[in-house]
This record gives sequence, structure tokens and C-alpha cells, in this order.
Amino acid sequence: MQNIYKKLLPFMLLLSLSGCGYNAFQSLDEEAKGAWSEVLNQYQRRADLVPNLVETVKGYAAHEQEVLTDVANARSRVGSMQITPELLNDPEAFAKFQAAQGQLTGSLSRLMAVAENYPNLKADQGFRDLQAQLEGTENRVTVARNRYIETVKEYNVSVRSFPNNLTAMALGYKTKPSFTVENEKAISSAPKVEFGDKKGN
Amino acid sequence: MFLKLDKSLNALCLMLMLFVCITSSLAQAELVAVPPLSALVTDLTGTLNQTEIAQLDAKLKAYETEKGSQIAVLIVPTTQPEDIAQYSIRVTDAWKIGRAKQDDGVLILVAKDDRKMRIEVGRGLEGAIPDLYAKRIINEELQPRFKQGDFYGGLNAATSKVTSLINGEQLAAPDKPNTKNSNGNNNSFAIFIVSTLFLSMFLTAIFGRFFGAAATGGVSGFVASLMAGASLGLFWGAGAFMMALIIPWLFGGGGGRPGGGYYGGGGFGSGSSGGSSWGGGGGGDFGGGGASGDW
Repeated sequence: MQNIYKKLLPFMLLLSLSGCGYNAFQSLDEEAKGAWSEVLNQYQRRADLVPNLVETVKGYAAHEQEVLTDVANARSRVGSMQITPELLNDPEAFAKFQAAQGQLTGSLSRLMAVAENYPNLKADQGFRDLQAQLEGTENRVTVARNRYIETVKEYNVSVRSFPNNLTAMALGYKTKPSFTVENEKAISSAPKVEFGDKKGN
Repeated sequence: MFLKLDKSLNALCLMLMLFVCITSSLAQAELVAVPPLSALVTDLTGTLNQTEIAQLDAKLKAYETEKGSQIAVLIVPTTQPEDIAQYSIRVTDAWKIGRAKQDDGVLILVAKDDRKMRIEVGRGLEGAIPDLYAKRIINEELQPRFKQGDFYGGLNAATSKVTSLINGEQLAAPDKPNTKNSNGNNNSFAIFIVSTLFLSMFLTAIFGRFFGAAATGGVSGFVASLMAGASLGLFWGAGAFMMALIIPWLFGGGGGRPGGGYYGGGGFGSGSSGGSSWGGGGGGDFGGGGASGDW
């Protein structure tokens, strides 16, 4: 059996040399882009839910001004962000993006916590529907982020391992930024959406 | 002095590494494992009795043959330390229920001791079963029945609701069982390569490497030209000749010895544990859609 490996070695070397990782970069780069657009897609979906949610909560708890404006501000900050594909190759812009989305996550979770104090709001069918949608969207965001992290990891490993790193250096392929752990924690614990009818039924 | 320090440092490093390795493997072991997918209904808690499992499974299987969509039910004791949503996406990533391009799988997951349930909806069905509807199924079908301990009734009602929602969606017709495995050209090409391989083993064993390879090239070239025309036959014959020359060299190194032990390993079927002919997950993709609830 060992004989096979010995004889295969030249072929393998030839293959790896002919590759140089260039093709791997291309496909992994595209994969990362795809995973990234899925993340953006789900964040957008969440942002689209916010105006409705704010309106509904206002109907029952108009005097919770602070929380409501917090959400509105965070939403507009997210909305005003210039999102370009280059964001992926710019760690600083990426961090900003992440911070803005994290802020929206935080303010939304506070809004949902406040909503807990209003039984009428909790019983409102429209609010409950929005709650279910928000919950589903947050979960999609988590899934999309995790998949992005996985793809970027693969890409980064490819860019940084020998001999691909030489190709990467020559052609200017840099490692891509990924979501950080603290933020991950904040996101996964933030939208504490309780099920309204826990005791009701 | 230095040497000594070096040694003890080394030992320390090694111990540290060992420690890290052990703890990390422990940490990984803490996650609840995803059970293998052997039927559409999997109950790891013994909540449902055999007839209930069989009935539910038959119902879901019948729906799969009728519509193509796969609906799976999984009951586990707990998903701790993970959230039920995290666990369920791991399950669907592993099981891949639903058809590949349609992504029309649904998983109904119950974590009995956590008193939590989740309906995970495949990407292709997010339109037919929005999160809202999934939530309503949980609140209206599962929750009240689970509260009374009627797990079968809840799951039965929920699966009926899910199927009626999917029925409203235009999906591709299900695959006919006998067309499932014939992928046309690709498959016949693979068969051709494999048969050439066997032929070369056989002929080189009889005629020696060079003449055996030549014979392989001749025979498979002739067959290929009969099947697909002269030019392709010529091309194929040359390819088969090269293949027959190289393969034995790679495997044996010796003269015209056959490689030996070329028994096909395992069939191509799913070989499912229950001896049933069910084909397993179809390659459906999930994006985290659906809803969770508790009771």
C-alpha cells in the first residue's frame, strides 16, 4: 500500500503546484460572499420588522419613550450604513457594521423586555405575530452568522497555509474578518422573547 | 541548570497541552449527539408506543411518496446545554431532510424534559409555513395537547397542519422511485470506467501488462465505438489502454499480477438499519426558519 503513496507523490505535487491555491481562493471567496449576503439578507429582514414593532408597542406603551427612541435610532443607524462588498475586506468597516447591528439587537431586546410589563400588549395578536417573526428572524441571523463564520474560517485557513499564502501575498488576497465571540454572546442571549401565553392558556 | 529548567518547562507544556486537549474533548462530549436518521419518526424517550410510531411514520412516509416533501419527527430527552434552536439546526444539517433543490423538509423536534418544542422549516417551505404559522401550530396544536400529556395526538395534529400548509404550495412532483437512480450519461460513464478497470485487471493478469493493456484498449474501444460512434471509440480505446497500463503499476508494482481482493465493498443502497427501503434525507437545506415554543 505504501508503494502507492510513493508513486502518487509526484502526481500530488504536480496537482498542488498547478493549483497554487488560486482556484481554491476563487471558490472560497465566492462562498464567503454568498454566506455574507445571507447574513445581510437576514439583518435586513430584521430591520424591516422594526417599524411595525415600534408602532405596535407605541399603541400600548407610548410613554416608554426612551426605549422606543433607542430602537428607532439604532434602526436608522443600521439603515444608513453603506453596505458594499468591500466591507468584507475591510476589518474596520466590518467592526462598525457589527457594532451597529449589535446595538439594534440590544435595544430590541430591551424593547421586548419592556413589553413584558404590558399584559394588553402581550395579548395583542399583532404583537404576538411580530414577536414570532422577530424570534424567527433572530434565529435566522444566528444561523447565517454561524455559516459565515464557518466559510470564512475555511477561506482564511486556505489563505494562510503554505504554499497558498505565497499566492495570496502575490495576488493580494487577505484574510476576511469574522464575527467576534463577545458579540456572539450578546446576540444569542439578547432577544429574550418570552412566549406570551405561558400562563394564559 | 538551564537544561533542567528546559526539561521541566517541557514537561509542564506537555501537561498543559494534555489538559487542554482533555478538557476540550470533554466540552465537546457535552453536546447532545444527533441520532442517525433511520426513519421519519425517531423517539429517544420512549414516549410514543410502537403502534403510534408506526402509524405516524407510515403517515409521513405516505406523504413523502405522494408530495415529495419530507417531514420528520424527533423526540429527545433534552438539548442542553444548547438552545433547542441550535440543536435543531444541527439535526437538520446532519439529516438533510427534504429534496435537494426544493429544500422542502420540516423537522418537528420535541425536547421532553426541557418541555420545549420547535418546528424547523426548510428554506423551500418558508413561504408555505412562515414563522407565524409555525408558531401557531405550536401554540394551537402542540402546546395544549402536550400539556395534557397527549404527545401522539399533538404530533399527529401538527403534522396534519404542516401537510395541509405544504399542499398549498406549488412544489415539483415527487421523484418516481425507479427513475431515482438513473442519472443518464454520468452514470453510464462511471459504469464504463469501472468495467474497463475490471477488464484491465483481468486481461493484464492473463496477457501481462503491456499486451493486457493493449487488449483492454482494443476491447473497450470496440464496445465504445459500437455504442457511441467510431471517433469516441478510438479515443476511449486509447484512454483505456493508458489506464490499464498505469493502474496495475500504481497498485501492485509487480508484473501482471491482478490486484486481488476487488470485491465491491457494500452496495449502493442506503442500507438502513430497520431493513426498510426508505432512502433517508434527500439533501434539503435549512436556514433557521420556523418557531420554538414550550409547554
